Amino acid sequence: MIMRRLFDTPAWRPNLLEELEQMRQRISRFYEEPGKTTRRAGVFPLINVTENKESYFIRAELPGMKADEIDISATADSLALSGERKIPDEDKNVNYHRRERESGKFSRMFSLPSPIDASKAEAKMTDGILTVILPKAESAKPRQIAIR
Amino acid sequence: MTDKELKVQDKKEVEAKGELTKAGAAFTPNVDIFENEDALILVADMPGVSKDGVELNLEENHLSIRGQVASHTPATPIFTEYPTGDFVRTFSLSNIIDQSKIEASVKNGVLRVVLPKSDVSKPRKIAVKAA
Repeated sequence: MIMRRLFDTPAWRPNLLEELEQMRQRISRFYEEPGKTTRRAGVFPLINVTENKESYFIRAELPGMKADEIDISATADSLALSGERKIPDEDKNVNYHRRERESGKFSRMFSLPSPIDASKAEAKMTDGILTVILPKAESAKPRQIAIR
Repeated sequence: MTDKELKVQDKKEVEAKGELTKAGAAFTPNVDIFENEDALILVADMPGVSKDGVELNLEENHLSIRGQVASHTPATPIFTEYPTGDFVRTFSLSNIIDQSKIEASVKNGVLRVVLPKSDVSKPRKIAVKAA
């Protein structure tokens, strides 16, 4: 886009500086508002939250991790996830060509939109995806009201 | 290494050369590739991919891996931080691989492909005889 603008610009142009300034502002605006493009905390692990009438479902991608390697604790209105992703060492005499997978610790906490029944929370790990099922507290469940 | 904090890695969407046959986004899995004396080993993170969802294709010297992510039970999304979709990636192999003996396994969303080297390309010790 910049390329085209430069080439389209005639050699003589009094407001060229002004245009450059506008462009600079546009670029810096782009960097200042990352929240506009993605809505997230940027803390590992990224989570997806869905709900139905009964519960919240929290999912996170944690490939290679086993269920017992993740600490999950829930209160009435928050959930905390922490753990460490380890990548088992290979033999010493291997040569790496690529190393894109990462290991390390993580911990994340977030609050839930409405109270849950923490005592009935369940979690499972399937194919590297953690799913935490948090049943909504009775008070937070939608109720059908009969019209008499 | 152990004290390192994990950072968020953005999923890279695949820019397919041709159009993908399946609708929906596809992503590049993160891989480790290393070799030892006997084989080249490829390890790919493919969360959500089960044993049955993996498709390995070997065409001439191109190994393509494709992981199909099982869809979840429908529920209303409240917020979505990561996109979901299949994993696709293709590698070109050199001819030092014994293509008939490739093995693959999937565990906890991690694919491991072992590509044994052909006998010709294995390092050989050459004894030096005294003259």
